[in-house]
Amino acid sequence: MSVTIEKPNAPIRRPRKGINWEKWGWIYMRVSGIVLVVLIFGHLFVNLMVGEGVKAIDFAFVAGKLANPFWVVWDTALLWLALIHGANGMRTLVNDYATKATMRMVLHGALLVSTLALLILGTLTIYAFDPCPAGSPADLLPSFCKAAN
Amino acid sequence: MTTSVNPSSAPSVQISAPAPRKRSVIPGGTLYRGKEGMWSWVLHRITGVGIYFFLLVHILDTALIRVSPEAYNAVIGAYQTPFMGVAEVGLVGAIVFHAFNGLRIILVDFWNIGTRIQRPMFYGVLGLWVVTMAAFTPRHLMNVFGW
Repeated sequence: MSVTIEKPNAPIRRPRKGINWEKWGWIYMRVSGIVLVVLIFGHLFVNLMVGEGVKAIDFAFVAGKLANPFWVVWDTALLWLALIHGANGMRTLVNDYATKATMRMVLHGALLVSTLALLILGTLTIYAFDPCPAGSPADLLPSFCKAAN
Repeated sequence: MTTSVNPSSAPSVQISAPAPRKRSVIPGGTLYRGKEGMWSWVLHRITGVGIYFFLLVHILDTALIRVSPEAYNAVIGAYQTPFMGVAEVGLVGAIVFHAFNGLRIILVDFWNIGTRIQRPMFYGVLGLWVVTMAAFTPRHLMNVFGW
């Protein structure tokens, strides 16, 4: 008589197939975090420490920065890396503190929708921006607008 | 670092847990609770949430440059008031802590002695925070108050 004995050291759960999203989220937080330290410290230094700092910020100041491709790339990277980093961090808090399934779904959905909306809005702000809008008082516009008008 | 996992030959490891607290509802005897590791975690969460909600507002206020120069200047003017000027010190303080403590977390994760020196690294984070804020705060307040 033969008895079939189950393999005693078989894994309880089969290894999951596909992309391990949680792992890539974990890696994203660290990689984007390192880049964001540079991007945000540079952003704060140029906007708050150089010259008159926060007092110098107005439409003409922003238009002048966005006329420079260097700051366009900088701000685009800042927007995408920071917002996704922040939203993924908030997702961690939802996972930790929202215990009801409906509440988790609502909060995860709100995070997804707000993140997508602000990524689109922010990207449009950087790329679909007119530094010399017609009909605006010249003293509010950057100095390079005079040559164009 | 690799350690033997064979229970028969593994050397005994001494872990010094904090003694239970007297006259306290907190059970004590944990390696983690109430120590630097907990407070770095708490501060990382609180600063992260604060920075996140500022980021949402900041993307919206910057989007006003596509509405009109007047609209943008009116809203950005709110950032230049004395009240907001002082609040910005708090915002930058939160960002600087989150940045340095984030780098500490990466070192804990990837540096072979990271977990062993997480506590001194936390004091390193606090030290760097003090130095950075000492450089930022006077300069920023001079700009805000026109000193």
